[in-house]
Amino acid sequence: MIDHLNVSEDELHAYVDGELPAERRGVVESWLTTRPEDAAKVTAWRKQAELIQARYGAVADEEIPPRLDIGRMACRRRNAWIAAAAAAALVTFVAGGLIGWTVRGVESPSPSDLSRFTADALEAYRLYVVEVRHPVEVPGDQRPHLVEWLSKRVGSPVLAPQLEKMGLKLVGGRLLPGPTGATAFFMYEGPSGERFTLYCGHTGDRETALRYTAGDQNAAYYWVDQNVAYVLSGPAEREKLRDIAQAAYEQIDTRQQRGG
Amino acid sequence: MSEFRQQIEATIPALRRYARALTRDAETADEIVQDTLVRALRSEHLFHGGNVRAWLYTILTNLNRNRLRSISRRPVLAPIKEGDAATAGADTGSRDIARALEELAEEQRTALLLVVLEGLTYREVAEVQGVPIGTVMSRLARARLQIKAYLDGERPTLRRVK
Repeated sequence: MIDHLNVSEDELHAYVDGELPAERRGVVESWLTTRPEDAAKVTAWRKQAELIQARYGAVADEEIPPRLDIGRMACRRRNAWIAAAAAAALVTFVAGGLIGWTVRGVESPSPSDLSRFTADALEAYRLYVVEVRHPVEVPGDQRPHLVEWLSKRVGSPVLAPQLEKMGLKLVGGRLLPGPTGATAFFMYEGPSGERFTLYCGHTGDRETALRYTAGDQNAAYYWVDQNVAYVLSGPAEREKLRDIAQAAYEQIDTRQQRGG
Repeated sequence: MSEFRQQIEATIPALRRYARALTRDAETADEIVQDTLVRALRSEHLFHGGNVRAWLYTILTNLNRNRLRSISRRPVLAPIKEGDAATAGADTGSRDIARALEELAEEQRTALLLVVLEGLTYREVAEVQGVPIGTVMSRLARARLQIKAYLDGERPTLRRVK
């Protein structure tokens, strides 16, 4: 092998970081004895690491402040969960026939792409929904162009569901950075100006049914279908949001069954 | 206490260290650590094994990125920090490592700190950042090159805003 005795810069980094396979370590060490420039790099990188460790290493030895006591946090969390469960039980009782759905909706986000997706989606919702003049990059009357553009950027066919039957008009869409890359963001508006957004991007998570998450003012339903995560966000009116999410979910699902 | 919680608890000192280096502000750092822990605990019942530590770093890294993003969206309100108040005195006049780190693009700073301060493997950093190992290595290389230039006294290049 020609490169057997050559050492790449990647290997120098790996050497400094203890990531180099044992059998290459000797090669790198003898290489450094004859290459002062590379030896100087290695020395400089080690010096940087020492400076960083000297500057911040001691933080790990500090006493943990009470606010970071997870015993207390878990306790608060449990109380919050009980309150949420009680509220959910009430909703289930009132909603009657929709039981299966609603109970599933109580689940928390998973520790994965999906929780990041929903957090980012709600953040995008809060940010853009208040925009009067520039809520979108491409207006909704250019739907075919908008969908084609965002599909290309996301790398998967995305769909701007037809929600006119729900009284919602497509305001338009924009491209956003997401937890896993480019993300498509569609905005809809109802007759009295209430806005809903659909955020979609690639995920490695497995498919899920619709799930619900709520903040103070707004809430979201989210799901994963064929490696694309969707988050539908809107004002925290659960039933209305659920109807819209279900309509979007069905259209996306139907489109995919058709292979389109 | 469950094993999951014990693992989380054992990681708190390291998370505080990482957050402090990322934010250079003790208060902001502990806020991010707190948010990280809240999110982790919320997902406890869904966690079925795996690398808890790398996952915690992932949450923290993302929260910090969101924080930076929201700061950059509110440029008027964002204070310009003149060094870490607690330690600034010690570095007066010298080219200091904290400033050098601050000059880096966020993903480079994250990669470097995870490797040299937190001792994560390249593979773990790739998992945290959601990119291939090759990308982690090029971020490391760029970070080190830029820090060296900064410490050697060259004019810092403008930080790339993404």
